[in-house]
Amino acid sequence: MSDLHELYQQVIIDHGRAPRNFGHLAEATSTQEGYNPLCGDRLIVYMQRTGEYVQAIRFEGSGCAISMASASLMTEVLQGKTVGEIEKLFQEVHTLLTTGTMTISDRTLGKLMVLAGVAQYPMRVKCATLCWHTAMTALHHQKDCVSTE
Amino acid sequence: MSSLLLKEAGIRQDFPVLHQNIHGKPLIYLDSGATAQKPQAVIDAMTRYYERDNASVHRGVYTLSERATVAYETARQTVQRFIHAPESREIIFTRGTTEAINLVATSLGSQWIRSGDEIILSEMEHHSNIVPWQMLCERTGALLKVIPVNDEGSLDLKRYGELLNERVRLVGLIHVSNVLGTINPIQEMIAMAHQYRIPVLIDGAQAVAHHRVDVQALDCDFYAFSGHKLYGPTGIGVLYGKSHWLDAMPPYQGGGAMIQRVSFAKTDYQSLPYKFEAGTPAIAEAIGLAAAIDYVHSIGWDSVVAHEVALTCYARDILRSIPGLRLIGEAPQKTGVISFVMAQAHPHDIGTVLDHEGVAIRAGHHCAMPLMERFGVPATARVSLGLYNDARDIEGLVAALYKVVELFG
Repeated sequence: MSDLHELYQQVIIDHGRAPRNFGHLAEATSTQEGYNPLCGDRLIVYMQRTGEYVQAIRFEGSGCAISMASASLMTEVLQGKTVGEIEKLFQEVHTLLTTGTMTISDRTLGKLMVLAGVAQYPMRVKCATLCWHTAMTALHHQKDCVSTE
Repeated sequence: MSSLLLKEAGIRQDFPVLHQNIHGKPLIYLDSGATAQKPQAVIDAMTRYYERDNASVHRGVYTLSERATVAYETARQTVQRFIHAPESREIIFTRGTTEAINLVATSLGSQWIRSGDEIILSEMEHHSNIVPWQMLCERTGALLKVIPVNDEGSLDLKRYGELLNERVRLVGLIHVSNVLGTINPIQEMIAMAHQYRIPVLIDGAQAVAHHRVDVQALDCDFYAFSGHKLYGPTGIGVLYGKSHWLDAMPPYQGGGAMIQRVSFAKTDYQSLPYKFEAGTPAIAEAIGLAAAIDYVHSIGWDSVVAHEVALTCYARDILRSIPGLRLIGEAPQKTGVISFVMAQAHPHDIGTVLDHEGVAIRAGHHCAMPLMERFGVPATARVSLGLYNDARDIEGLVAALYKVVELFG
């Protein structure tokens, strides 16, 4: 179980069980649904953007502990960040999840570092990246352009 | 369970893939419903073919082609006897169940189904017996009607009776549910359809490895199955069809082997079964499938069924005792397919933890999304038994499930 605990760290189990920022966001300027047809995981990311800043971000959906924890941690980290910062972070998270390594300091990734263990499980990488891909689409498709709603 | 253990010790030896460690633990393979492992006899039959007899069938006049042709056609006869089909020309080799169903939906559908016609399927169908019919409906304007599944996981036969009428042109039914393990009363359901002269296609993918199938006793019009769930290779499957249907149906794919004479003005097609076997077929795979059938016969259906019933009962009873675990599918007639969910963890997390303990199970929607919706779950964990599994495998599974409880509890 030792390496299994690297994947299922207490933070992941905690966020998986009780995800933060979970639920609808009435003030959302962008809403995006994410779906993984391979496993059936489905989530919706609500984003409220003012200019370059993401003021608020929430999500709802259902899925495994990895996908729920990843989405929960993501919403905590993205709150208050600029579009440019988020784009840079997305690249870092993608590298972290697929290779287990990072190109910037772990201080930037912060609590997202707990997801590093996912890289050891190629079949589970998509569980962790679904929320990020969904958020990136939400970021670039504001309500006036393209929306699922 | 001790009486079972002795017998399986020999069977397990026949499957080389089972003798390995995963994450340092002995492999416990419980995903035979997705694909079964292959006995040495199947691997050897295919290797022998490639080492000694490899040639194209029905083409050459030389010795190797003759050997390959005999082996391929002998395989067809083995399949014919396996499902008790009246004639070997009613056995069409396909890539698998999916292609067999697509063949019928495309070929029969092009002539037999018109706008406003109805096609009846059940709520527990695999996507392979839903999507080809949906595509046909889009092409023709026909309508899908669905037999509901009740809470225990059985089909609502009363509702089925109500759905039957003169507009229905085909009934497609899964013989054994790949999610619930339910064995559907297809003989009765086929008879009901035949009262309206409606042809019935049976998806037998999950059935053929678990009990004897007699297409004449069932009186089904079409029966489709795959080799790889029957301890045979991937890439080979079977469509059985009553000859009067197959004779009347147009070819599915055009090409070599399915013709008698070709000119740019007109092509005359071959007779059955070759009309539906365009191109060079999966020869080694057909030979492997025949070897798999011989292997199952060498064990005997009585032993296969008795073993599976005993092991399934044992597994279901012991799984029920695990805290937070809920079985899905409680139909009285079931094979060794056991779906469950756990309050503590999502099926994918269960699957990952079990893999760490060397236990291979399936987690997901099992290509049956409508059924997942019916039971209000996004996914299930699924254990499916093969004839090499024994009580120790179930005990290993249970020990691994307690790791899930420990980690997520």
